[in-house]
Amino acid sequence: MTQKKDMGKILRQFGLVFVALIIIIFMSITSDVFLTSQNIINILRQIAINGILAVGMTFVILTGGIDLSVGSVVGITGVIVGSFLQNGTNWVLASLIALVISIICGIINGWLIAYIGFQPFIATLSTMTIGRGFAQVWSDGKPYMISDESFKQIGQGSFLGIPIPIFLLVIFCVIGLVILMMTTFGRYVFAIGGNMSAAKLSGVRTQRIQTMVYVFSSICAWMAGLILAARISSGQPNAGESYEMDAIAATAIGGTSMNGGIGSLTGTIIGFIILGLLQNSMNLMNINSFWQQIVKGILIIVAVFLDMRTKGKKN
Amino acid sequence: MAGKYILEAKGIDKSFSGVTVLKGAELCIEPGELHALMGENGAGKSTLMKIIMGIYTKDAGKVILEGQEVNFKSAREALDAGISMIHQELSPIPEMTVAENVFLGREQKKIKGLPFVDKKELNRKTQELLEEYDLSEYIKPNMKMKDLNIAQIQMMEIIKAVSYNSKVIIMDEPTSSLSEKETETLFRIIANLKEKKVGIIYISHRMEEVFELADRVSVLRDGQFIGCVKVADASREQLINMMVGRELEGGYPSNTAEKGEVVLELKNFTRKGVFKNVNLQVHAGEILGMAGLVGAGRSEVMRALVGYDKLDSGEIILEGKKIEIKHPKDAIKHHIIMASEDRKQLGLVLCRNIKENVSLQNFDKMSTGSFINKVKEIQLAKQYTEEMSTKMNGIGDLVSSLSGGNQQKVVLAKCLMSDPKVLIMDEPTRGIDVGAKATIYNIMINLAKQGIAIIMISSEMPELIGMSDRVIVMAEGEVKGELVGEEAKSQQTIMNLAFGGE
Repeated sequence: MTQKKDMGKILRQFGLVFVALIIIIFMSITSDVFLTSQNIINILRQIAINGILAVGMTFVILTGGIDLSVGSVVGITGVIVGSFLQNGTNWVLASLIALVISIICGIINGWLIAYIGFQPFIATLSTMTIGRGFAQVWSDGKPYMISDESFKQIGQGSFLGIPIPIFLLVIFCVIGLVILMMTTFGRYVFAIGGNMSAAKLSGVRTQRIQTMVYVFSSICAWMAGLILAARISSGQPNAGESYEMDAIAATAIGGTSMNGGIGSLTGTIIGFIILGLLQNSMNLMNINSFWQQIVKGILIIVAVFLDMRTKGKKN
Repeated sequence: MAGKYILEAKGIDKSFSGVTVLKGAELCIEPGELHALMGENGAGKSTLMKIIMGIYTKDAGKVILEGQEVNFKSAREALDAGISMIHQELSPIPEMTVAENVFLGREQKKIKGLPFVDKKELNRKTQELLEEYDLSEYIKPNMKMKDLNIAQIQMMEIIKAVSYNSKVIIMDEPTSSLSEKETETLFRIIANLKEKKVGIIYISHRMEEVFELADRVSVLRDGQFIGCVKVADASREQLINMMVGRELEGGYPSNTAEKGEVVLELKNFTRKGVFKNVNLQVHAGEILGMAGLVGAGRSEVMRALVGYDKLDSGEIILEGKKIEIKHPKDAIKHHIIMASEDRKQLGLVLCRNIKENVSLQNFDKMSTGSFINKVKEIQLAKQYTEEMSTKMNGIGDLVSSLSGGNQQKVVLAKCLMSDPKVLIMDEPTRGIDVGAKATIYNIMINLAKQGIAIIMISSEMPELIGMSDRVIVMAEGEVKGELVGEEAKSQQTIMNLAFGGE
């Protein structure tokens, strides 16, 4: 029976890859632009921001939580960096200041959830709202123009012909995969999501691990915020709005259970690649953005439905 | 006119995705009889009951109720036809009141046809039931389910099943979380039902209960019907043979381990409102029994000892040195290991596999820094689970796919890998079958021989008396007595103390 389940899992993951392949084959035939290196790089660059957010989100969801505040952290990062760069601060220092602030956001989330006992949805809904407000207050609602050429490289530069954001995405995915699959921390993440009480009795510092997971998610949001600000050469207080939803969507499509304990980062990676492919394809086909939303929503339903069937959870 | 039997099941077959669970299972219940259904875990008892209740569909065979063949499609239909069931897994709705839970799905309406519930009537009826069964002193109809303890919830499930005025009642391990007193009430309810000519199917692992209560016993083994005997003609050995298909030495293995120095001492353990001034000592190679009623505070003391719950005051002395335990991690570091009674809540991460569960608290042995040495992990997980003779396809099996006995073995494998100096076993054999029990008893003796101090909490009196070198009795959060030698062998003495006597 377990073998059958494993087969189902493989089939499902393979099924997602299959969906991606169908999109690629279909688009290569129907569009002359799709397979050009320019478009592929474009897709990857578009994926980068959501991909990095989804890596952090996967950790959070695996512990049975959720992090709605990442979009706001993207916004905060943009305005902090923007304001310091305008004052002539070195770009590395400006980025590090934003990093410290995003880590503080993660600690607040973790503290509310792990130590005070807030439900993750409520805690991060509050910090999301506070964070967005903070970004507006900091910038007085106005965007900061960014002219620092070194900083802009983070979003616009290339190395060996490949955009920097793609390198950053790969680095975050690899870090995530290594932590989840090879370290004790990864095991603790799964154990906390599967059964927090049993994890605690087994000596897992559940509160500390939970907090670290929210901090990691915020660090991912910081990275995404830097890329976004660098790419659009401006730090905007409303940047990153509703980005958390795409990160959650990628995680769900990838087969991670919203109850925690079950899932994988490889699934999430396939999830955000499919989302990116789909969006790019629909853009090329001139499907308007309203319809794109409908298609995206249906994709989530279908993917999660398949997941439920293969795991045999009909109840 | 109906035949001799009120309920019959004949030649029932059932398989799940190619795995045969039942093959030609049979069961015949007479009106007014208590019919025990026994068998090891995984023998197919619960599956057979779920088929009778219409929760599962059968592949072949017949279910006959009062001479008529029936094919229930849901538990609702079975209930309406007069079969109710007390499930082993309790399913109260915590935020609803006692009365609302008892009458869930059949609420009295204020006006027929309109969806307004007559709460007064519900409460009145529930009060009547509570009074009838002597529970009105502790339980009120308007209390919320979440405010009841587990034994009281179990009693409410029993009363709920009885309140349907069914012709047949199925009881799946009804006493598993009841204390002696509530068990007595249950037995009275049963006598009352038998008088009303209700047929009772009683699933239990407790031999004593079966001999006390049952008229006849049917035994299943590996999904097959082995036989049905009158209890009056049967012996304990005979039933065990039928269940396991092999000879099993009766009684408990004796602990011949040499008792060493005091390993662990608790001084003045207090947690406000839960337990106070608990003092105890346990020696190397000793099995210390902890007796008491459900809620006496035994598990709570142990949970505080290992740092799972907060302790208000008290000292822990391990091998002569005072130590601090603030978190289970500290306890594991000091090799004080607890195997919890509640495998699903505290013991295991059910949605993960055996290997991950076993290694969860033992990464010290199989990792360099934060990185897990996977080869070592697999080797250790295999070694420890195989030592426990866990039945599995491999260490990659999900823990949720294992039977209760095998889950318990996984918990023990995990605990033993931490090299315990003190091993706390809370209800080590609850809900597991005879064969697995014997294995666990033998493991305990072996551990004692290695010089491990074992603290065993058990609500099964014969097990407690049979296995323990010394028994400590708790009641209402306090230690009421310590019994050594022949004194510890008397059930009367223990029960007297457990009920708060001197």
